[in-house]
Amino acid sequence: MADFLHFRDDAPHDEPAVTLDAFLGQSNAGAVRIESGEDVRSLLPHLSRIRLIEISFPTFRDGRGYSTARILREAGYGGELRAEGDVLVDQIPFMRRCGFDSFAPAAEVDEAVLGRALDRYDHVYQPAADARTPVWKLRHG
Amino acid sequence: MYRYDQYDQNIVDTRVAEFRDQVERRLSGALTEDQFKPLRLMNGLYLQLHAYMLRVAIPYGTLDGRQMRMLARIAREYDRGYGHFTTRQNLQYNWIKLSEAPDILADLATVEMHAIQTSGNCIRNISSDQFAGAAADEVTDPRPWAELLRQWSTFHPEFSYLPRKFKFAVIASDEDRAAMRLHDIGIQIVERDGTFGARIYAGGGMGRTPIIGKEIKDFVPVTNLLSYLEACLRVYNRHGRRDNMYKARIKILVNDLGAEEYARQVEEEFAAMETLDIDPPLAEFERIAGYFAPPAFDANAPDEVDRSDPDFAVWVDQNVKAHKQSGYALVTISLKPVGGIPGDASADQMDVMAGLAERYSFDELRVTHAQNIVLPHVKKADLYALWQRLSKAGLAEANLDLISDIIACPGLDYCSLANARSIPVAQKIAKRFSDAKRQRELGELKLKISGCINACGHHHAGHIGILGVDRKGTENYQLLLGGSGAEDVSLAKITGPGFDEAGIVDAVEKVTDVYLNARTEGERFVDTYRRVGMEPFKEALYG
Repeated sequence: MADFLHFRDDAPHDEPAVTLDAFLGQSNAGAVRIESGEDVRSLLPHLSRIRLIEISFPTFRDGRGYSTARILREAGYGGELRAEGDVLVDQIPFMRRCGFDSFAPAAEVDEAVLGRALDRYDHVYQPAADARTPVWKLRHG
Repeated sequence: MYRYDQYDQNIVDTRVAEFRDQVERRLSGALTEDQFKPLRLMNGLYLQLHAYMLRVAIPYGTLDGRQMRMLARIAREYDRGYGHFTTRQNLQYNWIKLSEAPDILADLATVEMHAIQTSGNCIRNISSDQFAGAAADEVTDPRPWAELLRQWSTFHPEFSYLPRKFKFAVIASDEDRAAMRLHDIGIQIVERDGTFGARIYAGGGMGRTPIIGKEIKDFVPVTNLLSYLEACLRVYNRHGRRDNMYKARIKILVNDLGAEEYARQVEEEFAAMETLDIDPPLAEFERIAGYFAPPAFDANAPDEVDRSDPDFAVWVDQNVKAHKQSGYALVTISLKPVGGIPGDASADQMDVMAGLAERYSFDELRVTHAQNIVLPHVKKADLYALWQRLSKAGLAEANLDLISDIIACPGLDYCSLANARSIPVAQKIAKRFSDAKRQRELGELKLKISGCINACGHHHAGHIGILGVDRKGTENYQLLLGGSGAEDVSLAKITGPGFDEAGIVDAVEKVTDVYLNARTEGERFVDTYRRVGMEPFKEALYG
């Protein structure tokens, strides 16, 4: 059992994340935390010097963080992208597809169940922020 | 119709295994009901008043005989021998055991069916025109577009935890048989300079705040459609309200922002998305469209129908519509026998319909949003034989679009959200108007009943709508007039104070009497209402 899940080659970035307001105010931090209602686009000019962005999931039903993650990856962010909070094991495969590569779930995640969930689908229908090839590309080369 | 390739089949088979794993974790106690709920909901499994309800997807309402037979078999083996066709062209089983749900999904997968995203706060089954590929007035078959959307929306990683559920409808004619503008996003395929594109309406819906969708984009080519819709969904996912589930649908966002501002935000997202290689190539659309090529019609099929049997002639006039191919017709099988449950079909009836589709309709059936079944391609020369077989199975009710062709939600007889029963009210109204001549005299009259404010029975879109509410512990029924889900889309208005169960049946009769007295030549009920207004009806009801 792990309470911290990491899918990157580098080590988890352990600098405490500052709030978005604090970051935009002083801006020498390398880690920032985005609450689910905050507009991540204000971070886009600063992405090159950020090493960790933590996106909060106050409840598993709040899906804003999936869009936040994709916006960051589409803008070229390559640092650690961590989902924090009410993150359920069955959601992690979708989060991986949206670009999250680090997870800090509030409740413990059963790694065996997670392993099965991540390996389960051979195919996906749509491109996202991960490297998976959509079936339309397989169909048409 | 569309057939799965190895990839589609693999994804659906994998879903069965995944759901089996989730059910096992629930049954072993590893998952609490709270944790399991969003998982089962993403797969169409609801916990209702008496049992689990499983909603099976029928993408854009199209199925073949083999699939219909499987629905019948499941009804027999796992349920009580019947199923309920819904307003979103799906099928519901009402008496399901959780432990058997994975086996049902496995059976469905053998005939290229599933229950993926038939509930939950995600993109639901894509609905369409039940006459697609056959209607004389369509510019093209809308179903390839719907299938493109089905695949794109299946397990979409960004849009599976939306603020609320999300419903698409796709049509391709000016006549709207799918209540397109009462969907979160409605799409009308139109032709421009020799190519087809999607005209997009956003923010429609029923529920407790009915709103008619507004046009936000006049033409999106198929090669940009998915990136454009991805932009629509992203704006909604980010900015739709999450503080109040009753204000969480996209209609509230579009209404609050204004359609123009919503469209502007979508354009901004779209400008960024267009470059991301989200859209499949045209070849993928063409691959899908190939499955919807017209069947091998007999160009010499005779156009005449022998109408010498008067009962048959009545059915032809009511339930048979013009086909684009001469010598063929569109047949609607009514699932609204007087005294029956609207939309219900027994397993035996499903088998009969499957057999008739195989024999008379190029092995195709459609489910309509009005909870009937269509045989889309029937030779006119076969109509009489078909009608005789339907009659034997109790499926030849000649009441399409008449007052007894009622849309009704399951209501308090099944549904845990309902405040009042819908089915008995539908049955009593149908009985009151059971005289077939009287129904035909009343003409087209779309009556729709919901057992609660969520409006699954489309009462806002009824020429006559009925809304069941709970009034100090007793069931009370409000009467609404003047709605339409068709191309003349409008929202019904409440007449005044509600009625008890017997009173609502009398009230419906009174408003039809007002119509009969006031109508001019050729006017339908809703036309007369629009011309004379609410007052004469109010006067008759409360005066």
